[in-house]
Amino acid sequence: MRRTVPALLRKELLVELRTLESVPGMSLFSLSTFVVFHFALNRSSTEGDLAAGILWVTLLFAAIIGVNRLFVVDEDQGGFDGFLLAPVDRSALFVAKTLTLLAYLVVLELVAVPAFALLLLGPSLGHALPGLLGVLALGDLGVAVIGTLVAALAVRTRARDLLGPLLALPLFVPIVIGGARATSPLLSSGHSGGPAARWLLTLGLYDLLFGLIAFALFDFLLED
Amino acid sequence: MYGKGLRALSIATVATMTVGLVLVFFYAPLEAEQGFLQKIFYVHVPLAIVALCGFVIGGLLAIQHLRTRDPRWDMRSYVAIHMSLIFAVGTLITGSIWAKGSWGHWWVWNEPTLVSFLIVFLLYATYQPLRFAIEDPERQARYASVFAITAGAFVPMNFIAVRLSTAYVHPRVLGSTSNLPAPMALTFLVCLAGVALLYATLCKYELTVKHTRAQVRALRRRLEGTRPELAQSRPRSAAPALHPAATMSARTAGRPG
Repeated sequence: MRRTVPALLRKELLVELRTLESVPGMSLFSLSTFVVFHFALNRSSTEGDLAAGILWVTLLFAAIIGVNRLFVVDEDQGGFDGFLLAPVDRSALFVAKTLTLLAYLVVLELVAVPAFALLLLGPSLGHALPGLLGVLALGDLGVAVIGTLVAALAVRTRARDLLGPLLALPLFVPIVIGGARATSPLLSSGHSGGPAARWLLTLGLYDLLFGLIAFALFDFLLED
Repeated sequence: MYGKGLRALSIATVATMTVGLVLVFFYAPLEAEQGFLQKIFYVHVPLAIVALCGFVIGGLLAIQHLRTRDPRWDMRSYVAIHMSLIFAVGTLITGSIWAKGSWGHWWVWNEPTLVSFLIVFLLYATYQPLRFAIEDPERQARYASVFAITAGAFVPMNFIAVRLSTAYVHPRVLGSTSNLPAPMALTFLVCLAGVALLYATLCKYELTVKHTRAQVRALRRRLEGTRPELAQSRPRSAAPALHPAATMSARTAGRPG
């Protein structure tokens, strides 16, 4: 497990670096979504609840693009078969894929958050940044864990492009609740201090519980 | 053999529900604030409780399926979730009616229980499409079980998260039966028992129908001789495959966990 996970992670990131199939698409999608929000809401700057909502909706929808593509290569080009033939723990694939998705999300946010601050956010991001990073990290972890489980569940069905988002969105709702509630005071103009502890706690607990569930169940998706 | 006890169960359901309705309309006192409208509480809350319990039970049965690999557990899990979905539609409709009557809107967002219920319902609404999109019966059962366990665990977590997000406005009578006046609590418990029995009866009916249909199919196949092209043709379906051959092979293979 200790050697399998880094090897798998390295392979995933190498494939992504060479093909550039997911991350550029996710980042570009987030930028387009900000433009769409600008025209749909007819606002040139937002703050508070609205800003937090736009940020989280955009990040989640961009994440869903990554989720949909996460196992497609393995399914179409025999990656699952290759992995199952190797004498390694199957949970390693779950951990590696979760870390891959987490890395995608971090890169996505490196693009999307500055772009959001530039394009749509009214108050300056500066002093809110440490708090925002904490909330985003916890949210990303949850999205990565749930996304990996849902991607594995959906990829071997006939309607995978449809089922992935349909399964993922309800499961993301608690993350949106925690994430957006924790973010909205950070993005208000008269703000000081960090995010509320109870939302961070909610996010952390949700990540932990879902991580355990997904870790326990993932093996059953990889049996044939 | 699967229809055993079905008649007794049906009679008990009808009797309990009749007693429950009689209590609702002739015994339970009118609530001071909401008046007659509050009577929907005796239908709405039991439906909601039974539907949620059914979802969680579906998850527990799915755990049993993944442990034993016996398709009959998958069938039970499927039936539990299927019935819960129907009860959940009933809950959403009655809840909506109650919200309209008491707050003037068909949908109220700052009502955590209603909102959580909608999210859970939306998640479970993908259960059948997921099954339908997988053709191999064994894999369909396995993936459906993984979904059922995940979603079953999601139910309580989601309720906690949504409850945290909103101020508590649900009428406090719903929270527990301890602060209900005794006649109301009695009526509520009888109604809850009635709806739970209804759920059990309908589940048993569905299981009986599914097994009977599988038996009929097996007998017809034997009648038509052992032509393999007939034996293979199963209409594609979201429901679990359960012909006697499948259960027998699972039993003889006997793979533990």
